[in-house]
Amino acid sequence: MKKILIIFLLNIFLFNKSHALIEIDITRGNLDPLPIAISPLHVDIKSENFEGLKIKELGDNISYIIENNFRGTGLFNPLKKEAFVQKPDIAHLKPRFEDWRLIKAQALVTGKLLVKDGKLKVEFRLWDLAAAKEMTALAFTTTPSNWRRVSHIISDKIYERLTGEEGYFDTRVIYVAESGPKNQRIKKLAIMDQDGANTKYLTLGNELVLTPRFNPTNQMVTYMSYFRNMPRVYLLDIETGTQEVVGNFPGMTFAPRFSPDGKKIVMSFAKEGNSDIYTMDLESRVVERITDHSSIDTSPSFSPDGKFIAFNSDRSGLQQIYVMRSDGSGVKRITFGNGIYGTPVWSPRGDLIAFTKMRKGKFYIGVMRTDGTGERLLTENFYQEAPSWSPNGRVLVFYRETKSGSRGEGFSAKLWSIDITGYNERRLKTETDASDPSWSSLLSK
Amino acid sequence: MIRSLIYSLTFHSIMILLTILSLPFMLREPIDLPPIVSVELIQITDKTSIPYAPKARKIIEETKKKEKERLVSEQAPPTAKAKEKPDRIPLPNEKKEEKQIVKKKQNPEEIKPEIRQSSEFEKKEIVDTNQIAALIDKAKEEEAVKKQKDDKVTQSSKKNSFATGLTLSQEDALRAQIFGCWSVPLGLPYDENLLVRIKLQLKKDGTIMKSEILDHQRMNKPGQKFYKVLAESALRAVRLCQPLKVPPTGYEKWKELQLNFNPTEMLKG
Repeated sequence: MKKILIIFLLNIFLFNKSHALIEIDITRGNLDPLPIAISPLHVDIKSENFEGLKIKELGDNISYIIENNFRGTGLFNPLKKEAFVQKPDIAHLKPRFEDWRLIKAQALVTGKLLVKDGKLKVEFRLWDLAAAKEMTALAFTTTPSNWRRVSHIISDKIYERLTGEEGYFDTRVIYVAESGPKNQRIKKLAIMDQDGANTKYLTLGNELVLTPRFNPTNQMVTYMSYFRNMPRVYLLDIETGTQEVVGNFPGMTFAPRFSPDGKKIVMSFAKEGNSDIYTMDLESRVVERITDHSSIDTSPSFSPDGKFIAFNSDRSGLQQIYVMRSDGSGVKRITFGNGIYGTPVWSPRGDLIAFTKMRKGKFYIGVMRTDGTGERLLTENFYQEAPSWSPNGRVLVFYRETKSGSRGEGFSAKLWSIDITGYNERRLKTETDASDPSWSSLLSK
Repeated sequence: MIRSLIYSLTFHSIMILLTILSLPFMLREPIDLPPIVSVELIQITDKTSIPYAPKARKIIEETKKKEKERLVSEQAPPTAKAKEKPDRIPLPNEKKEEKQIVKKKQNPEEIKPEIRQSSEFEKKEIVDTNQIAALIDKAKEEEAVKKQKDDKVTQSSKKNSFATGLTLSQEDALRAQIFGCWSVPLGLPYDENLLVRIKLQLKKDGTIMKSEILDHQRMNKPGQKFYKVLAESALRAVRLCQPLKVPPTGYEKWKELQLNFNPTEMLKG
């Protein structure tokens, strides 16, 4: 009885209360980049020197890399350091929030580092300035030469805390480095950090290399190379530098790609003059035919759950994108727009498929849902293709070629990135011309 | 039998008691909409000072006239007054007037001063009760007149617009202010529920006394990381916007506010 009475009274109370409350719907906000202050990291005075590293400048350098990463996202606006009032060491202990709010910062990154006994210890804190509280704090210990990676890892952690998505800074991009005139291009396999630093060349350039693709689970790469005019599919371990030939395939072979678990590769090659899609188990080397159609089926790409494969085919006349189950059943056309569609790539988040579209002599990079609806063309140009996803499914990297004269003069190929919203198109700095990029998964995962 | 009867009786009496207690709460307040402001657009000629819009002027004059008439009618007819005077016990001036009003209200044909004969004490009592009733009636009448005026006359319509908490324009001002402060995190999923409800307790100057995310338990659920980020961004917006642009009056109505942040439409567009 008491209970009933209490419930009854509670109901009356709540009913009465909810009735009085004024509600206001906020359905819009601004999409301006979030102003963030990245204070230089304080270098502990006990720090020792280490193999030519300028320890005193390390704090500034790390904060500069973080700043650069954030500016590159288009989502953050790192504020100028000249405006900072508080010194790094004091700010790291307890920031004076009013001072930072004064320069219109909404978040603050502080940190300190110590190099001792051949080890680098970096700690950082992220502060919510409006709430005047710490959002996250972490410390890393590594060899001092790894300081760039530490900067990227810190960037990832901050990015994750502020956006709710995984970061993509501690990653690398593999691409085909090109040099020489257009008709005599030297193509080498190259790899760099996502911010353009630490470029390394993995092949000498004697042979033509094409379509390098990262394994989504580790730092292995598959690519194609022509050896005595015969296409071969290679596997390359980036950490050790070892290479192996997966197989010789007849005729034209295209774009090998890993399955999400990294155990298979899917590719297309021509058998008896007809291009179809095949998978190959990397352990047993068993090749399995997936499509069997008289049309040209190419560019297969697995969905992240491994259940579906997207590919392009000209079975309906013009080249369009199709999706099928990974065993080849249930083929379904998903693009019906005007123009030619190609290079479908399934997003690591699984919600979108990126593609290249050609229409009226222009090339577009776009995204659509996996059923083909909601097509959005992100960028238009004279020639561009081969989109590859950042590991968080937020950014696409692709390459763009410029128009050249009759003798190939003025020709260039560069890497570009764009956010899936269509904003923040940027060129990725590379030492040479570059094409066919592929983005790795997070190294620290 | 008796026991069950007792149970039944006690239960029913409790129910009746509860119903009596709760019924006033169940009653919804009648929607008291602020008066509609009608605006007449007029051509500006060479004249620099325009006293009133012609239509409004007419209305004002009319209402004034009516008021005058009413005032006249509220006073008792002079003949009645004349008759009344000799019988009346001298009273202070104010009381006199009030009494006259009462007389008008209370159907003067029935209460004829000539017929009424009572002791001074009695008379006083009668005057007192009638006085209260008269005051109430007068207040009602005044309010009615005022409302009538507000409905018709455009120039003086701002007076009682806070009756229902916030007016549309005040709500819009507040909303626009928060729009500016809210940095919507990008990378939110398109197909999830993105509603963040924040309850605020405000001070009179619009600064925040207390803020609370109503669905805070969702923030720590696995796979709902984006929700935490979204909720934090909403909270940050509110804090950055301090002091909120609140109306200068009606604090009791808006001291508690609920803000429903939902970027779904924006992300789709």
